[in-house]
Amino acid sequence: MKSKHLADCGNWILKRFPLAKLWNEHMAQYYAPKNFNFWYFFGSLALLVLVNQIITGILLTMNYKPDAKLAFDSVEYIMRDVNWGWLIRYMHSTGASAFFIVIYLHMFRGIIYGSFKQPRELIWIFGMLIYLCLMAEAFMGYLLPWGQMSFWGAQVIISLFSAIPIVGDELALWIRGDYVISDATLNRFFAFHVIAIPLILIMLVFLHLVALHEVGSNNPDGVEIKESKDPFGVPVDGIPFHPYYTVKDIVGVGVFLFFFATVIFYMPEMGGYFLEHANFIPADPLATPEHIAPLWYFTPFYAILRAIPDKFAGVIGMGGAIFVLFLLPWLDRGPVKSIRYRGGIYKKALLLFVISFFALGYLGTQPATPTATIFARIFTVIYFGFFLLMPVYTRWEKTKRVPARVTHQPTLEERIQDLKQLFDEVTVKKPVKTADGKLVLKRKPDPERLKKAGIRIVKKLKDSLD
Amino acid sequence: MRKLITTLLILPFVAMAAGGEYKLDDAQIDLTDSLSLQRGAKNYVNYCLGCHSTKHIRYIRMAYDFNIEEERVLEEIAPEGANIYDTMHSAMNGHDAEKWFGITPPDLSLIARSRGADWLYTYLRSFYVDKAKTFGVNNAVLKDVGMPNPLWQLQGLQQAVYRNISGKEKLTKLRISEPGKLSPKEFDRFVNDLVNFLVYVGEPHQLERKRIGKYVLFYLLLFTVVAYLLKKEYWKDIHKKESTWSNLR
Repeated sequence: MKSKHLADCGNWILKRFPLAKLWNEHMAQYYAPKNFNFWYFFGSLALLVLVNQIITGILLTMNYKPDAKLAFDSVEYIMRDVNWGWLIRYMHSTGASAFFIVIYLHMFRGIIYGSFKQPRELIWIFGMLIYLCLMAEAFMGYLLPWGQMSFWGAQVIISLFSAIPIVGDELALWIRGDYVISDATLNRFFAFHVIAIPLILIMLVFLHLVALHEVGSNNPDGVEIKESKDPFGVPVDGIPFHPYYTVKDIVGVGVFLFFFATVIFYMPEMGGYFLEHANFIPADPLATPEHIAPLWYFTPFYAILRAIPDKFAGVIGMGGAIFVLFLLPWLDRGPVKSIRYRGGIYKKALLLFVISFFALGYLGTQPATPTATIFARIFTVIYFGFFLLMPVYTRWEKTKRVPARVTHQPTLEERIQDLKQLFDEVTVKKPVKTADGKLVLKRKPDPERLKKAGIRIVKKLKDSLD
Repeated sequence: MRKLITTLLILPFVAMAAGGEYKLDDAQIDLTDSLSLQRGAKNYVNYCLGCHSTKHIRYIRMAYDFNIEEERVLEEIAPEGANIYDTMHSAMNGHDAEKWFGITPPDLSLIARSRGADWLYTYLRSFYVDKAKTFGVNNAVLKDVGMPNPLWQLQGLQQAVYRNISGKEKLTKLRISEPGKLSPKEFDRFVNDLVNFLVYVGEPHQLERKRIGKYVLFYLLLFTVVAYLLKKEYWKDIHKKESTWSNLR
């Protein structure tokens, strides 16, 4: 009797809302390529972190006070007197950094497998807009604890607007609502951080997913699975997203949360990279810190800004470094999508790009000494070179033949056997005398064999660049 | 090409310049040492609280974290007249402080998080006689700091020893010229207790955080294993299909 009522209730809804249709279209009958690898975890993880940020963010606003006089103390109040406040705050602050790690890996996946290329340009554009929103969200959120770095970081970044000719000063004043960062700035940043930008962010994530599900997912082979379908119109190399990728992504969630929790519980400051030491000093408009550095996720762009001698040109350079990513689908003229079948020149260019991104990120955290500036300039040139020369070098590249169907590459589980073999190869069994005089065979690494294996691996890596 | 890549890999590390700061000593931080924390808290009240508030910690929190009775905190640690629910507020008002020192002495609730334990440990032991300064002392770690040495009776007086390093006079060592009430070893322990307390005050929940962390990580490990087994079970049919396909082809 009871179950009948429940079924009636369910039918009442289903008659009025396309729940089953939505579920099938986006989960149970959304066919994703079956060859997703490690790199494909980060999309769902980004969604997880977004949810984490929203939930912990809502809880934080319950005790946070957006007031220049009270903000700093209210954060400490959350850390000490609010039940589980420290956990919620660390989840939020670690979540911010985790969001960028996940998003950077997600974007890198797009770059190596050509997920931005035709017909997925719009997905890439939406993704870039999400990234832009995320940067705004992170920047404004960082002012809220009202520490020294919050204050001076915001001061430096907003003063960049004043470098724009003619309207610059007025614009910076309009953004701050005051001549310096002040209570007015804190209040409006709070409004943007908790309401305006999250709304846009969620909207963009929705659009990103709708666009993705319209054209279907790319895969590590860059093969369109919709081009080979079975008689029922189902892609032969596609598998239903649910349950196959939902259960797979849950494994990814477990591994991610393990690392996430390690940071939260054992190293929430992450050596000053996730929570800067100077931000434990309340904001003081009269005392400029010796060394102002943004959080790590902005440092590559900050290094580009400082590398360019003219302030306005620097602002353009920094903006350009982000804007150029929007153009990626049209800069890349290569005929194949996946890095597996691209020519050596693209692989080398990409490697240089990755090196320059990390190097700029590092240099952005360091004081701008003359030597550091010269290096930053070199890496800035490489950064832009990767994008701006792309139309030229991707046209030349000698690509490999792309298979018609997705291929099978050894998974992590299958590689464990190889790792075991490698271990056997580089170690030798040696008799060792134990404390009680017995002879026991023990495995010890052998330098000669280690060297051999090392050379072989390096050679293999080098070959993979061709 | 290969050369270019290796050079670029090494470059940022070469760019790092070695700093010529005063060498910091290691503080022995152990937040499970309740006795050290109690001594540190008591010494803080006696020697620091006169000027520096620690407004983010309550006495009752200490009783809880040090695992001692509330009465004992009030008797042995808190200044007279304090309530167990009070935060550690300095009796000095900002107006007077400004007149006496030029600035209001900062609140020290988070000093260990902004400066670090080793810095505090070295700083507090590195005052030396400098007649040119208002308070007669300077500090080797934080030069020209506007703070007198509150611990001079315990430590005694120190003189700076300079050495000529590549044409520049550099402060390398401090030497005790007039011994204080405590021996150098006792004094180091005294400061260590104080720093231990400040590290605790910086984040009173840190022990709880680390304790809970073990269980969370253990749970997540189990969760991941179960999730992996579930995934493997589901994906069996995909792999089966794959092999039948390859047989057909």
